[in-house]
Amino acid sequence: MTKHTSTTEPAWVRFSLITLALTFMFLFLVLPLATVFAEALRKGFGAYFEALQEPDAWSAIRLTFITALIAVPLNLVFGVAAAWAIAKYEFTGKAFLTTLVDLPFSVSPVVAGLIYVLMFGAQGWFGPWLQAHDIKIVFAVPGIVLATVFVTFPFIARELIPLMQAQGSDEEQAAIVLGATGWQTFWRVTLPNIKWGLIYGVILCNARAMGEFGAVSVVSGHIRGQTNTMPLHVEILYNEYQSAAAFAVASLLALLALVTLVIKSVVEWRHEQAMKTVTEAPPERPEDSLNSSMASISQEVIQS
Amino acid sequence: MTHLLSTVGRKPQRVLPGFNLTLGYTVLYLSLIVLIPLSALVFKTFTLTWDQFWAAVTGPRVMASYRLTFGASLIAALVNVVFGLLVAWVLVRYDFFGKKVVDALVDLPFALPTAVAGISLTALLAGNGWIGQYLEPLGIQLAFNPNGVVIALIFIGLPFVVRTVQPVLEDTEKELEEAASCLGATRWQTFTRVIFPSIAPALLTGFAMAFARAIGEYGSVIFIAGNMPMVSEITPLIIIGKLEQYDYAGATAVALVMLVISFMLLLVINALQTWQRRRTGASS
Repeated sequence: MTKHTSTTEPAWVRFSLITLALTFMFLFLVLPLATVFAEALRKGFGAYFEALQEPDAWSAIRLTFITALIAVPLNLVFGVAAAWAIAKYEFTGKAFLTTLVDLPFSVSPVVAGLIYVLMFGAQGWFGPWLQAHDIKIVFAVPGIVLATVFVTFPFIARELIPLMQAQGSDEEQAAIVLGATGWQTFWRVTLPNIKWGLIYGVILCNARAMGEFGAVSVVSGHIRGQTNTMPLHVEILYNEYQSAAAFAVASLLALLALVTLVIKSVVEWRHEQAMKTVTEAPPERPEDSLNSSMASISQEVIQS
Repeated sequence: MTHLLSTVGRKPQRVLPGFNLTLGYTVLYLSLIVLIPLSALVFKTFTLTWDQFWAAVTGPRVMASYRLTFGASLIAALVNVVFGLLVAWVLVRYDFFGKKVVDALVDLPFALPTAVAGISLTALLAGNGWIGQYLEPLGIQLAFNPNGVVIALIFIGLPFVVRTVQPVLEDTEKELEEAASCLGATRWQTFTRVIFPSIAPALLTGFAMAFARAIGEYGSVIFIAGNMPMVSEITPLIIIGKLEQYDYAGATAVALVMLVISFMLLLVINALQTWQRRRTGASS
């Protein structure tokens, strides 16, 4: 330890900094998380499971899963297509297109919900037509799905674009030259290479899709048992002073968050391992490109 | 190395099939989900006269909400810069028990639904909460007023600063610090003159990201804010309020203001990231 004294701090400084950082993390992250479970179990396990078995809670859980099951695959297909187009080719307006892909991240969730009301609401562009044909989008499930697709739009694309850019397209070109079709190249060459980035993006996309509140709240109409997702159900119970029941449903979402963090850590670790073995093998893949792809991965998380 | 990568990328690579398909699908999907709906916002605003628009976006309640939203976001982002740097520093430079867990936990605000964060922070800080019960006798109120807004926004913004600064801090070269120390610099001088300038762009990017996210935040804030008009009402809530009174044009006008501001922040963040990349690229 002594030989590093020039590039580190005295022990008491290290100790105080660690203590200060951990205290901050404890107050701002651990305590709120612990509060969710403590409040959920305030009336005991019986009341906890009763709150979760309530029909409205069940329909909220079902709707949340349905929404994520539609939104995540849609954005997955988009993410792969966008990353393929942006990473593998050069064309004018590419930088602008990349910025537009990012746009939904910087739009307030409330604004995201509002734009669909303006499109499909009774006063909206397609409102009269939709009413004439008896189709409900806003204040119904399609609106919830649309708003969720919007807020989770860039997650997978943002993950894949820098990763595929760093990997280049030499391997794909080799496959094509050797006679593989486009689809074969994608399934056999590209997909194995982007596997971890893809899983990573899907995990984050799913967490946001299941937890989105603001955008969904604007388009949902809050009809109990029909257009309530889990976060909206939490809000209703909370506003009705059913605190324990609200926290019981919230605890499921907190568990989802914890599972997401665990999978995310595992994927990061696997990705690092995969990158390490790749760096040791061919000299064609410069270490810097791997570093930049790792840096971009952490950048992506930040964007979310 | 970025130079090498960019020359490789600049080669025409139309050997690969699928360009028309993937780019066409990307543009179509982007238009349907993002661009056309966002343009509805702009067109709806055009149904207002300029005076009506101005009245809608500068009403006293709306102005009070801007002050709260931007003020609280600014304070929260500044707090996040200080503690985000501290957490990133401790995670990169020191070893301690449970470091991996702490590192993973930094992303909790990304993964935890905002509504859950909102009710849990409220329960924690309310008069009967774990923390609130000790503060209330001292006359300190953290929930149901602007203080609560700031705390919720600190929670939401923390990972942005940590995750932008962390990789840059990992890449800083120890040799420079050793050189500084050999040349007689104290540890503090080394930090302020050598380390800090190299992480400053990342710190600024993290600040801008946390600030941008805080301005649009809704779910975690509305539970803890108390939502009193003129006092603790954030701008997204103003939009919701106008919508609930069927004032679609008014809601749209305020939404357009927020959209323009967030788009400008997006451009600022992009510029900062380019700066940061150039800075780190030049140093290595």
